Amino acid sequence: MDLSILWFGLIAVLWTGYLVLEGFDFGVGMLLPFLGKDDKNRRVMINTIGPVWDGNEVWLLTAGGATFAAFPEWYATMFSGFYLPLLLILVALIVRVVAFEWRGKINTDTWRAWIDRAIVFGSYVPAILWGVAFANLVRGVELDADHQYVGGFFALLNPFALLGGVTTGLLFLTHGAIFLALKTSGEIHEKSSKVASTLSVITLVVAAAWAIWAQLAFSVAWTWAAVAVAAIGLVAVVIATRLRREGWAFIASAVVIVAAVVLIFGSMYPDVMPALNPANSLSIEAASSTPYTLTVMTWVAAFLTPLVLIYQGWTYWVFRKRISAEHIPEHAGLTFAQVTARKDTASAARS
Amino acid sequence: MDALDLARWQFGATTVYHFIFVPLTIGLAPLVAIMQTIWVRTQNETWLRLTKFFGKLMLINFAIGVATGIVQEFQFGMNWSEYSRFVGDVFGAPLAMEALAAFFVESTFLGLWIFGWDKLPKKIHLACIWAVALATNLSAFFILAANSWMQHPVGTTFNLETGRAEMTDIWAVLSNNTLLAAFPHTITAAFLTAGTFVAGIAAWWMVRLVRQGQEEKAREVYRPAVQLGVITMLIAGVGLGISGHAQGQLMFEQQPTKMAAAEALCSTTDGASFSLLAVGDLTNNCEGVTHYIEIPGLLSFLANNDFSSELRGVDDLQAEYTARYGDGETDVNYIPDLTITYWSFRLMIGMALGSAALALTAMWLTRQGRVSGNKWLARIALWAIPTPFLASAFGWIFTEMGRQPWVVAPNPTGIDEIRLLTMRGVSEVVSPTEVVISLAVFVVLYTVLAVAWFRLMKRYAVEGVSDTEKDVSPDNPDNQPDPDDPASADRPLSFAY
Repeated sequence: MDLSILWFGLIAVLWTGYLVLEGFDFGVGMLLPFLGKDDKNRRVMINTIGPVWDGNEVWLLTAGGATFAAFPEWYATMFSGFYLPLLLILVALIVRVVAFEWRGKINTDTWRAWIDRAIVFGSYVPAILWGVAFANLVRGVELDADHQYVGGFFALLNPFALLGGVTTGLLFLTHGAIFLALKTSGEIHEKSSKVASTLSVITLVVAAAWAIWAQLAFSVAWTWAAVAVAAIGLVAVVIATRLRREGWAFIASAVVIVAAVVLIFGSMYPDVMPALNPANSLSIEAASSTPYTLTVMTWVAAFLTPLVLIYQGWTYWVFRKRISAEHIPEHAGLTFAQVTARKDTASAARS
Repeated sequence: MDALDLARWQFGATTVYHFIFVPLTIGLAPLVAIMQTIWVRTQNETWLRLTKFFGKLMLINFAIGVATGIVQEFQFGMNWSEYSRFVGDVFGAPLAMEALAAFFVESTFLGLWIFGWDKLPKKIHLACIWAVALATNLSAFFILAANSWMQHPVGTTFNLETGRAEMTDIWAVLSNNTLLAAFPHTITAAFLTAGTFVAGIAAWWMVRLVRQGQEEKAREVYRPAVQLGVITMLIAGVGLGISGHAQGQLMFEQQPTKMAAAEALCSTTDGASFSLLAVGDLTNNCEGVTHYIEIPGLLSFLANNDFSSELRGVDDLQAEYTARYGDGETDVNYIPDLTITYWSFRLMIGMALGSAALALTAMWLTRQGRVSGNKWLARIALWAIPTPFLASAFGWIFTEMGRQPWVVAPNPTGIDEIRLLTMRGVSEVVSPTEVVISLAVFVVLYTVLAVAWFRLMKRYAVEGVSDTEKDVSPDNPDNQPDPDDPASADRPLSFAY
C-alpha cells in the first residue's frame, strides 16, 4: 500500500482522536455559563475534564506535527493560508490552558469570573473555527498553480463553511452535555441530561443539513456511507439522551464525529487541499514526504500510538467515578492580598 | 519593516518567551520527583511538604509553558511556510516524534499526578511524576534534534527535481554531533535554572525564619531544600561548562562565522585572544570594533586546544562563503550581527555567575548542619533566581542570531548540501498587515500572561511550605473506607480545580 495514502488516513485518525476527545471538553467549557449557575457547580463541570483535557489537546499537536512530517506542502499551504483564523484558535487555546490550570490558584470571585470568561472564549472559538476550516477544505479553496492559498481571509467565511462551524459547535455542545451527564451526579447531572436531549435534536437537524450539502455539492458517492452512519448516530443520540442511556449516547455522539471526519477526509481524497480550480489542487502525492520519511514515521507511529491509547485509556479508568457538588473540596487557593494572612500565621507560629 | 522582519521578530519573541518557562519545567519536574521519592522512601513528611510546595510552583509554570508551546507547533507553517516546504521531509519528523513520544506522556501523566494523590497507590503516583520528568527531557531532545539539524544539516540530501531537502538517514539526524552537545548543554542549563530556583526560594525562607527566631523550622524544612538546590547547581554547573566547551569547539568548525562574530574577530589570526570587552560602532562593520580587554591566545586554545592555532576572521569567511555558497549572488552578508552575537554570548556566560554566587554563598553558610540568617544570603538568593533564565535567553539569542543569515546553515566542513537563507523561508502569502496583527496580539496576550504568571509564582513562593500535609494515598491505612460507614468510600476529591 502506498504510504502517503496510509498517512492521509493516519492524519484523519489523529484528527478523529482530537475531535472526539477535545470535542467533549470544548463542550463542557461551552456549557459552563448555562449549566454552572454557581461556583460549586461550575467546579463540578470543570473537574469532570480536569485530569484529561490536556492529554486530549495533544492529539491536535500530534496532528499538526504529523502533517508537517508527512505532508509538508499541506502543512505549509494550509497554515499560512488560514493565518488569521489559526491565530484566533491559538489565542483561544492558550488562554484556555492557563485558565484551567490557574483557576483554583487564587480564591476570589473576580479571578474566577475572568478565568471562566477565558474558558468560555477558549472553548467556543476553536470548536466553531475548526468546523469552518474543515468545511473550507471540503469545499475547496483558492490555490494558485504553486499551491499557495490566495483567497484571503473573508473568502473563508462562506455560507457552507459557516454552517460547518455551527455544526461542529453544536456537535461538541451535545457531546459535552452527554459527557457531563455521564460523569456527574446530582444537579449538574439532571441539567446536563436535559440539555443534551434538547441539543441533540437541534444538532441532528443542522448536522444533517450540512452533511447532505457537503455530500451533494463536494463529495463522492462512497461517502454517502459516512453520511448514513452519521445520521444513524445522530438519531441514536436523540433516542439515547431521551432514555437517559448516557453511555450509549456518548458512544453514538463519538460515532457521529468519526463519521464526520470520514466524510471530510473522504471528500478531500485524493487531494489534501482541493482547489476551486481543480488543476491547482494539492494532491496527497504532491504534498507528501519521501517514502523514507514516511517509513520512519510509520514505525514510530505503529510503536507509540498503541501505547498512547493504553495509558490515556487507563487515565479515564482511574478517574471513572461520577462526581457531584459533594465531592468538590473547599477552595484551596490563596488571595493576592496576603499581608494580613501572613501576619496571622507568623504570630501563630511564634506563640 | 517588511513581512520578513516582522515574522522574525514574532518568531524570536514568542520563542524566547516560551523558553522562559521551559527550562524551569525541565529541571523542576525531576527535582519535584526526587523530593517525592525521598518522601515515599523515608516517610519523612517534610519531603511531602516540599513536594507539594515546589509542585504547585511547577504547575503554575507548566501551564504557561504548555500554552505558549502550542504556538511553536504551528508557526513554522504559518510564518515560515517556504521553510516548511523546503525542510518538512526532515524537520517535521522530530517534531512529530516529540508530540507522540513526549507530549502525550507529559500531559497524561501530569493529569494523573495532579488529581491522583488519593486515587493511586503511592509508588504508582510517584512513577507518574517521574514519567512527566523524563518526558519533558525527552521533549527537549527531539526539539533540539530539529534545531541542531538547522545548525548542522546532516542525514539529508538535496533533490534537484523538487528543490527540497530529503531525509536519507534518521539516525544521523538523531545522533547529530551538534545535538549531542546541544542536548546536555540545554538540559544542564535547565537543571541550573531549577536548582537556582529551589535553592533561591528555600534560602530566602531559611534566612527569614532564622531572623524570626524559628530556627527549628528553617533547619527542618528549608535547609534540605537549599542543599538539594545547591547540589543540583553544582552538578549542572560543571556539566554546563563541559558541554558548552564541546559545543563551542564544534561551532568553530561547523559555523565559523558565528564564532568569529561572537569574538568580533575581524581578520584571520594565529594565537587569537579571547575578548573580554570590545566596543563597536554598532554599524556591524568589523573595522569599527576596538578590543579593550583581551586574554592572549585563549580563544585559539578554546577552539583547538592550542594557544597558537590559526582562527579564521570575519573578512576571510565572508569571502569564502560568497565563493562557496553565494550561487552567483555577491551582495549577501554572511556575517551575523556582530553586536548581538558578541554581547549575547558574553551575557549568557556572565549570567551564570548569579547561580555560582548563590551556590557558593549558600554552601558556605549552611556548612556542617548550620542554618543562616545572613541577610546577604537572602539578597543573593533573590538576585540569583532570574539569572539562569536570562542566561538561557541570551544563549538562544546567540545561537540563533549567530546562525544568520541562514535558517539552515551550510557547514564548511562539507555538510553544506542543504542551505537556506532566512529571507527565503518566510511565507509568501502572509501579508505584513497580518503579521502586524498577530505580533500585536501576541505582545498583548503574552504581557498579560507574564504578569499573571509572575504574581502567581511570587504569591505561592511567599506563602511558603505548609505546616502539615496529609498523606491521602489509598495505601495509607487511615484512608481505607470504614466498612460501617458507606459514605466514607465517597469522600471529596483531594484536589480539584
